[in-house]
Amino acid sequence: MHVDSGDTAWVLVSAALVLFMTPGLALFYGGMIRSKNVLAMFIANFATIAIVSILWAVVAYSLAFGPDAGGHGLIGTFRFAGLGHAHQEVPGYSLTVPPLAFAAFQMMFAVITAALLTGTVAERTKFGAFLVFAALWTIVVYAPIAHWIFSPTGWLAHKGVLDYAGGNVVEIDSGASALAIAMVVGRRRGWPREVIAPHSLPITVVGAGILWFGWFGFNAGSALTAGEGASQALIGTQLAACAGLLGWCAVEKWRTGHATTLGAASGAVAGLVAITPCAGFVNSMAAIVIGLAGGVIAVYAVSMKFKGGYDDALDVVGVHGAAGFVGTLLLGVFASRNVIPGIRYDGLVDGGGLHLLGVQALAVVVTIGWAFSMTWLVATAVQRTIGLRADDAHEIEGLDTALHAEAAYDFGNVRAARMGGPGG
Amino acid sequence: MKLVTAIIKPFKLDDVKSALETYGIHGLTVSEVQGFGRQKGHTEVYRGAEYQVDFVPKIRIEVVVDDGDADGVLGVIVKAASTGQIGDGKVWVTPVDEIVRVRTGERGADAL
Repeated sequence: MHVDSGDTAWVLVSAALVLFMTPGLALFYGGMIRSKNVLAMFIANFATIAIVSILWAVVAYSLAFGPDAGGHGLIGTFRFAGLGHAHQEVPGYSLTVPPLAFAAFQMMFAVITAALLTGTVAERTKFGAFLVFAALWTIVVYAPIAHWIFSPTGWLAHKGVLDYAGGNVVEIDSGASALAIAMVVGRRRGWPREVIAPHSLPITVVGAGILWFGWFGFNAGSALTAGEGASQALIGTQLAACAGLLGWCAVEKWRTGHATTLGAASGAVAGLVAITPCAGFVNSMAAIVIGLAGGVIAVYAVSMKFKGGYDDALDVVGVHGAAGFVGTLLLGVFASRNVIPGIRYDGLVDGGGLHLLGVQALAVVVTIGWAFSMTWLVATAVQRTIGLRADDAHEIEGLDTALHAEAAYDFGNVRAARMGGPGG
Repeated sequence: MKLVTAIIKPFKLDDVKSALETYGIHGLTVSEVQGFGRQKGHTEVYRGAEYQVDFVPKIRIEVVVDDGDADGVLGVIVKAASTGQIGDGKVWVTPVDEIVRVRTGERGADAL
């Protein structure tokens, strides 16, 4: 195995960039909820970083990227458990970076995919129970899907499914899982009758900016080399985010008469989601079309929850699920061996026929089916045993003070507080 | 003594304060409040979902004055706060039984 120092430096930096996306996500989500639940959102995201990272090192990395168990492409063995045998080649890859750099980079993907689900269950979920759910979910849902698609030894990868940085593994996966857990946890009290409006959109926009910044590590880092592939992925990522932003704002200006700040932030994220499966596989002009499609579809998709009656609080289904779906299918249209000679099939536009589109559609169906059904099972198991849903009284009071004994904001100076003894 | 309470548009606060100072008022209390009258609220849109927000931000001014000044102060506030548009607010006068300056213990008109 030849280790290239430039490639290694880029992948290590990308791991840090992708890690930073999860605090960014906490800001993005935190601004969109009511001020009484902001800290609950932040701690859920930070603690998800902690629990999924450790679980990844202990076992989940091995299940996703370890040597295949039985050669069916269904799941990895425990050979890399505890990050053991870390000097060995990652099966199916010919990396120019140390396997540990790859494991660290992929760790951050597992973290943010689980963290995305904090958005759908916002404002009504118990902290500890969510962490138990996130741990089980990483093993039962994330690791297998990552093995099928990201690992070249996986059964969907064998069929020629392409996913540059996680359109299936991260975006459709989290979207379908979000729908399932939203149904298990149930609606927030008063939704959709009462006004449950964002408390601080500036926080949300800062969070979207951090996500955008981190996404360069997410997509361009997925080249796993610091060369032409990463450069194409990075420029495609930027163009798609811009097109998504403009697409969302244009549609809402036409529909409601206003281009909104939340729409601009959401559109950029939708564009980023849509380009994620495609980043290094399509040319720059195709990236604009894909980002635009992501932004435009997501504006409509976020309204589905009102018709469907499920409280996907911060639109994980509508943004990540829908834009991930669009991007994954459009890859079957725009994938090009002129951009990256290593892939097996061209998309429709370059004369590759329907084959790639067909396997991409298969991957979408499989991912949705597995993620939805297994998430529903795991969430139901947690709900029936330790309870995932917060008490009504805690939900009404606000999770920050009720569950965490803290308040996010203290702007006034009228506060009758005094020092209590230890423990009260 | 009388308590003059005024609900006005926030951007009119400076005008009202200047007018009251010119009239000779030495102190007042201001708070940020929300409410609705004939102006009603406004609509906000988040990811396509429209919310009707019923309360409008206003400023409440409270001034305690001697009986003889109540009408004059009321007139000064109404003149300074007026834009002629809907939502200009209201001013009302209520009797005050007693008033004490905390520092000195002075009572009644001496405490104003």
